[in-house]
Amino acid sequence: MSKTNKRPKIQIKNLDFYYSDFKALKNVNLDILENKVTAFIGPSGCGKSTLLRTMNRINDLIEGTRIEGKVLLDDEDIYQDNYNVTTLRTRVGMVFQKPNPFPMSIYENIAYGPKLNGIKHKSQLDEIVEQSLRSAALWGEVKDILQSNALSLSGGQQQRLCISRALAVSPEVLLMDEPTSALDPISTLKIEDLIAELKKDYTIAIVTHNMQQGARVSDKTAFFLLGEVIEFDDTDTIFSNPSNPKTEEYITGKYS
Amino acid sequence: MPKRILMTAQLDVIHKSLAKMTALISKSLNNMIIALKEQDLLLADEVIEGDEQIDAMELKIEKDCILILARHQPIASDLRDVTSVFRVISDLERIGDQCADICEYIKLISQEEYVKPLVDIPQMAIECEKMINMAIRSFISKDLELAKEVLMMDNTIDDYFENIREELIEIMSKKPETVRQCTYLILIVKYLEKIADHATNISGWLIYNITGTH
Ligand SMILES: Nc1ncnc2c1ncn2[C@@H]1O[C@H](COP(=O)(O)OP(=O)(O)O)[C@@H](O)[C@H]1O
Ligand SMILES: [Mg+2]
Repeated sequence: MSKTNKRPKIQIKNLDFYYSDFKALKNVNLDILENKVTAFIGPSGCGKSTLLRTMNRINDLIEGTRIEGKVLLDDEDIYQDNYNVTTLRTRVGMVFQKPNPFPMSIYENIAYGPKLNGIKHKSQLDEIVEQSLRSAALWGEVKDILQSNALSLSGGQQQRLCISRALAVSPEVLLMDEPTSALDPISTLKIEDLIAELKKDYTIAIVTHNMQQGARVSDKTAFFLLGEVIEFDDTDTIFSNPSNPKTEEYITGKYS
Repeated sequence: MPKRILMTAQLDVIHKSLAKMTALISKSLNNMIIALKEQDLLLADEVIEGDEQIDAMELKIEKDCILILARHQPIASDLRDVTSVFRVISDLERIGDQCADICEYIKLISQEEYVKPLVDIPQMAIECEKMINMAIRSFISKDLELAKEVLMMDNTIDDYFENIREELIEIMSKKPETVRQCTYLILIVKYLEKIADHATNISGWLIYNITGTH
């Protein structure tokens, strides 16, 4: 049963992260378990997004960044020399805060990644597009308008389209950085339902500044403060009986 | 509309546990009825010891309810659903206690011949057991009609109680040597009557759950 799976998909070990000489992460240690949802919560600026971005090396694109420590994907160090970063980013996909569909058709948005990966057959692409849209619970709403411009969709639909696009290249891990912060409450709950479905097939790490959302969707929660992981435990424990008083202060809204 | 998949799954788990707790209570009641009829000491002890399991179920469900409040912040009918589960499990737990208490009395009169053949009391207990099952079924499936039936059945139980009580009083006044046993039998039927009240409460929580009013 995948539900009882305790295998770490990603392991973060003694990780320090620097933006030039600013140390944004301090000795972070945590495991992202396979087929589980791990939430990162904490006040803004405490390093949640930074940590998320270390897991598919998107931070590499920012000038002057540097890491110490290790990030292992399936026990393999993703920062080792000659590691294939393109493959890494296929295996570890990302969904951002603001829906960012490409200014092209719904179909092309999703077929884009698979095409880059060399898939050319129309029938194969059709199947990937349908499958990805179904997985993101969007197929029913867009199956008759696949050629319409993606930008004509609502915000919530655009975000589910971006999730479909991430799924189209068959990732193993999905990183989500505040995926609902730009959405209305109903679209937000839809995305949360979607996350509950997706974790059957994917490993998910999600940054959210809406801690109620963390409580709703995740199995594990890490609470961050000023670049440090203050507490990391089962979400049940964090939200009913956290062991660190700082976590308690934050989740009960008494943090100042 | 979103389906709130995770919260719904959690509520399902709670409903399943409720059904399990009810099954334990049914078993205790059935054993209690046999213990009463057959004056079976061992079975009475089994019921008394089994109460621990029922108490443990109450704690487990209570914990699940707290987690659902902490994690999913249910509102409106979902909130009433969870809060009424808190009440229901406390009613079920009381039923378990009372069942065990009845067995203590059964033990006290297990070595003597009954003052009369026991027909009505076991019958009353069977009705109580039926009521509890109907109450929980109505609660889990949100069946308002079934809940109303439970409320009606409580009147039957009250009639049983009064009739049996009057009959026992009469026996006592005619044969003073039966006072001790009759007193215990009256306590037993009083507990049965309380058990039916708890079943009635459970259906009351469902009505609150659905309509939002008591
Ligand atoms: N590109 C960047 N260059 C320099 N500093 C940055 C950059 N991105 C983030 N930071 C700093 O790193 C810290 C952590 O930021 P971030 O990971 O975005 O926090 P969070 O996601 O928890 O809000 C903050 O102090 C932020 O100002
Ligand atoms: Mg951030």
